[in-house]
Amino acid sequence: MSILDLVGNTPLIELEKFTDASSGVKLFAKAEFLNPSGSVKDRAAKSMFLGGIADGTLSVGKTIIDSTSGNTGIAYAMIGAACGHPVTLYMPQNTSIERKRIIRYYGAEIVETDPLESTDGAFNAVRDAVAADPERYFYPDQYNNALNPLAHYNGTGAEIWEQTGHNITHFITGMGTSGTFVGTSRRLKHENPAIKTVAVQPESPFHGIEGTKHMGSTIKPGILDESIADAVVTVTTEEAYATTRRLARESGIFVGISSGANVAAAARLCRTLPSGSVVVTILCDSGSRYISDAFWEG
Amino acid sequence: MAVTLLVPTALRTFTDGKKELEIAATTVGEAVTALADTYPDIKKHLYEDSGELRSFINIFVGETNIKSTGGLGTAVRDGDTVMLVPAIAGGALTVNN
Repeated sequence: MSILDLVGNTPLIELEKFTDASSGVKLFAKAEFLNPSGSVKDRAAKSMFLGGIADGTLSVGKTIIDSTSGNTGIAYAMIGAACGHPVTLYMPQNTSIERKRIIRYYGAEIVETDPLESTDGAFNAVRDAVAADPERYFYPDQYNNALNPLAHYNGTGAEIWEQTGHNITHFITGMGTSGTFVGTSRRLKHENPAIKTVAVQPESPFHGIEGTKHMGSTIKPGILDESIADAVVTVTTEEAYATTRRLARESGIFVGISSGANVAAAARLCRTLPSGSVVVTILCDSGSRYISDAFWEG
Repeated sequence: MAVTLLVPTALRTFTDGKKELEIAATTVGEAVTALADTYPDIKKHLYEDSGELRSFINIFVGETNIKSTGGLGTAVRDGDTVMLVPAIAGGALTVNN
């Protein structure tokens, strides 16, 4: 067995503390932080890596290169180390120090981009690097690679459908590349078109919910399919922080800020739903990636 | 005294697309207040309802985070560069340690 065989098939946890027991509404969260490199991004990275091998674009000796705010980079770094490919990652300079260190400890190289330009700056910089030396790199381009959402169509969505005993009524999660939301939603609606899918976004273009994009003010990913969302809701960074702390302190679930944003939005959704509703969201990554952040003390 | 305030892309829709602004100020707090007074739509993105700066925002003078130099009361000098960056988990500007 390889470390890559451990990607996916994550458990579904019930979040009883975030719903009113008398409401008859159940809230579950997919524990994606239990993937081998610690985040949901293992699924997309593995899918794009295997796709590159299958179509020959990732040949021996090529360097895996992409832009990332961290978690996909960590997933690439794990895969590169396991499979013998160098990895170069373009990341905004203000990405958490924990993420950068993990990537370096896997042996990958980081190129830091202007923190004022956020993930769009990293995206533009990596495209320039690839254009300058295209033969050197395998560039999965997670924002525009159909294998990203497909990993969630075949994996996350199918797993949630089975794990809820086909009873899921609502799926709600945030969007970075949008791969998790689009792929999972497509699968769930394929299984049951009545399932409602809700996308979560930061309330402001200026926010601290790492890994999520404010779609109205940033470069829209090519894989984003806005027609798949029945609704879009927003979460403030402060709500995400508070819910992230609650998950750790009241449920013993130590996860990151985007997970807090997802659960905050999901809990709000649950309060509007009739008895019998089954809501599922995503716990994207581990809280250990945010140890140095001051918000834990709030 | 004038400082250069660098505007992150996320906030440029509120500054008519301007990437940097020359602002007369003697402290970081004065510079941020002047930014919000010039572009009132930016206020809710920078401040809590209580008037406090939102907790996820890191401000750097040059390469120094003002959290280590007295916060918004940090003095600025003519020619300083002030940068607003979302504190994306840690907000560290160097990783060489």
